[in-house]
Amino acid sequence: MTLIATTAKFKDNVHEALTDARLQGALGHARNFITRRAASAERLPEFEALRDSARAIKDHALAHLDLYLEAYERKVRESGGEVHYAQDADEARAIILDLCKSMGAKTVTKGKSMISEEIGLNQALEAAGIDAVETDLGEYIIQLRGETPSHIIALAIHVTKEDVEREFRKAHRDLPPDRSLAEPEQLLGEARAVLRAKFLAADVGITGANFLIAETGTSIIVTNEGNGDLTQILPRAHIVIASIEKVTPTLEDAAQLLRVLSRSATGQDASVYATLSTGPRRPDDPDGPSAYHVVILDNGRSSMLGGEFEDMLRCIRCGACMNHCPVYQAVGGHAYGWVYPGPMGAVLTPSLIGVAEGGQLPNASTLCGRCEEVCPVRIPLPKMMRHWREREFERRLSPAPLRYGLGFWAFFASRPALYRLSTDLAARAMHLIGRGKGRFSWAPFAGGWTRYRDLAAPQGATFQSQWRGRSGAVR
Amino acid sequence: MNATAASSGAMRKSQPRVGLFVTCLVDIIRPSVGFAAVKLLEDAGCKVIVPSQTCCGQPAYNAGDRATAKALARQAIDAFEDCDYVVAPSGSCGGMLAKHYPGLFAGEPELAIRAERFAEKSYELVSFLVDVLGVEKVAARYDGTVAYHDSCAGLRELGVKAQPRRLLAGVEGLTLVELNEAETCCGFGGLFAAKYGELSNAIVSRKADDIRGAKANTVLAGDLGCLMNIAGKLQREGSAVVARHVAEVLAGMADGPAIGESQKEPRQ
Amino acid sequence: MNSREAVLANIRRSLGVRGDEAPRNLEVDTRLMQAPAGVAPKRGQGDASARLAIFKEEAERAQASIAEVASWTDAPAEVARFLRENNCPATLRMGADARLHAMPWSATSLEILHGASDGRDLNAVSAAFAGIAETGTLALVSGADNPTTLNFLSDNHIVVLSRDAILADYESAFAKLRGAYGKGGAPRTLNFITGPSRSADIEQTLLLGAHGPRRLHIVIVG
Repeated sequence: MTLIATTAKFKDNVHEALTDARLQGALGHARNFITRRAASAERLPEFEALRDSARAIKDHALAHLDLYLEAYERKVRESGGEVHYAQDADEARAIILDLCKSMGAKTVTKGKSMISEEIGLNQALEAAGIDAVETDLGEYIIQLRGETPSHIIALAIHVTKEDVEREFRKAHRDLPPDRSLAEPEQLLGEARAVLRAKFLAADVGITGANFLIAETGTSIIVTNEGNGDLTQILPRAHIVIASIEKVTPTLEDAAQLLRVLSRSATGQDASVYATLSTGPRRPDDPDGPSAYHVVILDNGRSSMLGGEFEDMLRCIRCGACMNHCPVYQAVGGHAYGWVYPGPMGAVLTPSLIGVAEGGQLPNASTLCGRCEEVCPVRIPLPKMMRHWREREFERRLSPAPLRYGLGFWAFFASRPALYRLSTDLAARAMHLIGRGKGRFSWAPFAGGWTRYRDLAAPQGATFQSQWRGRSGAVR
Repeated sequence: MNATAASSGAMRKSQPRVGLFVTCLVDIIRPSVGFAAVKLLEDAGCKVIVPSQTCCGQPAYNAGDRATAKALARQAIDAFEDCDYVVAPSGSCGGMLAKHYPGLFAGEPELAIRAERFAEKSYELVSFLVDVLGVEKVAARYDGTVAYHDSCAGLRELGVKAQPRRLLAGVEGLTLVELNEAETCCGFGGLFAAKYGELSNAIVSRKADDIRGAKANTVLAGDLGCLMNIAGKLQREGSAVVARHVAEVLAGMADGPAIGESQKEPRQ
Repeated sequence: MNSREAVLANIRRSLGVRGDEAPRNLEVDTRLMQAPAGVAPKRGQGDASARLAIFKEEAERAQASIAEVASWTDAPAEVARFLRENNCPATLRMGADARLHAMPWSATSLEILHGASDGRDLNAVSAAFAGIAETGTLALVSGADNPTTLNFLSDNHIVVLSRDAILADYESAFAKLRGAYGKGGAPRTLNFITGPSRSADIEQTLLLGAHGPRRLHIVIVG
C-alpha cells in the first residue's frame, strides 16, 4: 500500500513535465531558494564551520546509532511516552492504525512528514474510516488534489493560485461562491479558518520529527506555519513517526543542525517555530496531549549503515540539493516518481525500493556536483550516484546499447596504435562528409543529441596524427 | 593538493617537461584546441611532449564500468611517466586525472602510490598557466563580447573560476560579460546528453537563453564537451553566437572556423 | 525476536559491532553527559546592551514588532496601546504566570481571561523563558504559567521578555533550561519562536498568519 513508484518511467515522466506549461512556470519559484540560501550563508561567517560540525555530529550519531536509540528510548519512557519500532512500512502503518483505533479516533490531523508519505499512511487511515487531514498548507493543497509532494520543503511548488482556488471551492462546502479567492492572502485566510476547525476537532495528531534527541527523549519539529504545533498539542494523543537516523545525541548537537537546516532550506536564519516536545502533558499542564507515542521506522535504512551509501543517512531533509539541481529545475519533483526527488531522492530511492525499480534516477544526472557543494552535511551525492551506476553495471542492468557502446570504445581505447589509426580515419571521413556546414543535424547512434542540437564535425586529421606529422619540428 | 602556487613569474624548474593530455574530443573533433594549448605552454617556457595516448577513462568511470576505467588509467599513468606535469585542456578530463585516479586503485598500494603521484602532477590547462607557471597576461587580441561558461568539473573539482577570467581580462579588444548563471550546468554530462536527450535539451536551452540575455557574441569555456553542446544548441536555434575553447582565444588562434562552423561560413 | 530487537540487531550487524563494547558505550555516555557545544555564532555574543540590540534587529527582520518599557508595571499600558493601534478587540488571555498577574491590568480597559486557550481568543500574552539574540528568537516553556496553546491559537501574540533574559545563543538557552529542569530534563514543550506565523506555499508569496498568530509583539522590560 505504499506509494507506487513510477521511477522506472522516468523518461516518460520527464517528457510530461517538460511539456506541462503550468508546471514549468511554477518551477521558476524554486530558484528563489538559491539566492536566499546564498544570502543567509553570506551573512553568517561561521556557516562553513557549522557545516563541518553538522557533518561530524551526524557521522558520530550514525556510528553509534544503536546506543543512541537505546538512550533515546529510555528518556522517552522516563517522561511518560512510548516508543514503538517498525521494521518496514507495513508494520509502521499497522502500529499507527492500532493506536488510532484503540483511542476511537475519527479525525487525525497531520503535520508534514515525508515518512508518512513513504509508508502511505493517509491511504491506510482513510481505508480504516479515519479522516486524515494534512495541515501544512502545501500538503493540504496537494491532498485536495490527490497528489504527492513535488519538493520536500515546498510541497506544492508546482501548484498555481488558480489551482488552489479551484480545489478550495470544490472541497470547502461552506464557502460562498461569491467570496473572492483571487489573491494568495484570501486563499490563506480561507485555509486558516477551515483548518482551525479541524485542528480543534482532531482526536489524534501525527507529526514527523526533524530530530529525536537522545539526551532528553525529545522530538523536534521545525515549521513556519505553526501547523505542526497545533497538530501535536490540541488532540488527545500525539504520534511521532520518524526514521532511525533522526536520532541526535544532545540539545547542543540539535542546535548545530538547526542552524544549517533553515539556512540551507529557505535561507531563513531560523524557521518561525522550532518546537521541542518531551512526553505527554505533565500534572500542571493545562494543555497538551495525554498520550505521546514515537514510532521509529527502519524500512531499509539499517542496511545502509557500514556500506557505500551510509553517508546518505546524514541527510537532514533541507531540500538544498534539489533547489540547485539542473535536472530538478527542469522537471520538478513528480518526474522522480516516488517520495523523494532531486539528488537526495536519486541516491536514497534505490536503497529503499531497490535498484531495479529506482535505478533510473542516479543515471539521470550530469554529475555536475552542485548538490554536494550546497549540502549542509556534505553528502558526496555524485559519488554515490556513481556507486549505483557501478552496481547496475555489475548486475548488467544498464541498457544493452550502452554496454556494447562502452565495450566498443574500451576495445579501441586500450590499444593506442589502433585507436590513433581508427580515430584518424573516422575523423577525416566525418570531416569530409560534414565539411559543407561544419556540423551535422543528424548522426547515426546520436539521435538523443541531434534531435535537439547540431553536432560539430571533426576538423580533419586528429591532433595526434598531425603532431606526429610534425615530429621533430620545434616551434 | 595540486595548487602549488608559483612565485610571481618564476617557474619551479627551468623548462618543465609538460605532457599534453590532449583529450578524446580535442584529438578527434577539434585539434586546433590542442595546438593552442601547445602554444600557450611553450610561450610560458615549457617543453611540451605528446605521448601516444587514448582516453582518460571517464566515460567508462561515470557509466559504472570501473574495470575499464582502471585499465585506461594505468595506461595513461604509464604513458606520462616521464613528464613533470600532465596538462589537459579540459576540467572534466583534468578532474578525472587529478581527483579520481587515486581512488580507482584503493586497495592496491603500489598502483595507488603511482596514481597519487600522477594525480599530484595533473592539471587543467588555464589553471596550470596561472597558478603554477604564474602567467598573468597573454599577448592576444580578440574583438568580441565574451561570456565565459564555468564547466562543472573544472569549477567544482579543480577550482577553475578566476584564472580564465583573469587572462581574458588582458586580451585586447575583448569585452567580458558575466552570465546570470555561469556556474549552472550546461546539460552535457558526457553520455547523459545522448541518453537523456530531452532533459539535456531543456538544460542547455536555459544556458542558451542566458547567453543570449547577456548579449554576448561569443561563448567560451574550458571544456569541449560543454562547448559542443552549447554551440550545437545555439546553432539549431539559428543564433549567431559563436563558441570557441578559451585556449584558442588566449593563444591568439581564434581566426579559423568556430565550433560547428566550416571554412565557408563568414566569421562572426 | 521482536521488531525492536530486529532493528537494533540489524544496525549492529551493519556496523560490525555487538553493542556491549566498552569504548563505544563510553563515548556515547560521555557525549550525553558533557553535551559539547560545537560552533556558536559570534553574532549574538557581547554584553547585555549588545545582545539587546542584536535581538531587536533580528526579531524585526522576522517581522515581530518590539517595544521597550522601563519596568513590569509599564507593560499593561504598552499592551493596551498595541491592541488599540491595531484595531484589536480589548480582550486578553493569559496563564498563571506570577509576573503577569502582578501587573496593573486594571489600569487598562482590557478584559482579562485566564487559562489555556480554546481557540476563540484573538489576543494572548505570555512571559518568555528567555530571548535568543542570535536570531531574535523567544523561548517559551509549557505549563500553567504560560500555556502553550496561547502561543499558537491567538491572532495576536504578545510576549513579555525581561531584558536580562536575553541570552546570546541557543547554547545559553539550553544551559538555562538545564538549570530549571535538571540535566537530561526538559519541559513538555519548549517553543523557539521567531516572528509571527507565515507560509509561502501559495505561489511562493510570503504571507503572515498561516495557522499561528498573525502578529507577534515583544515587550522588552528593564
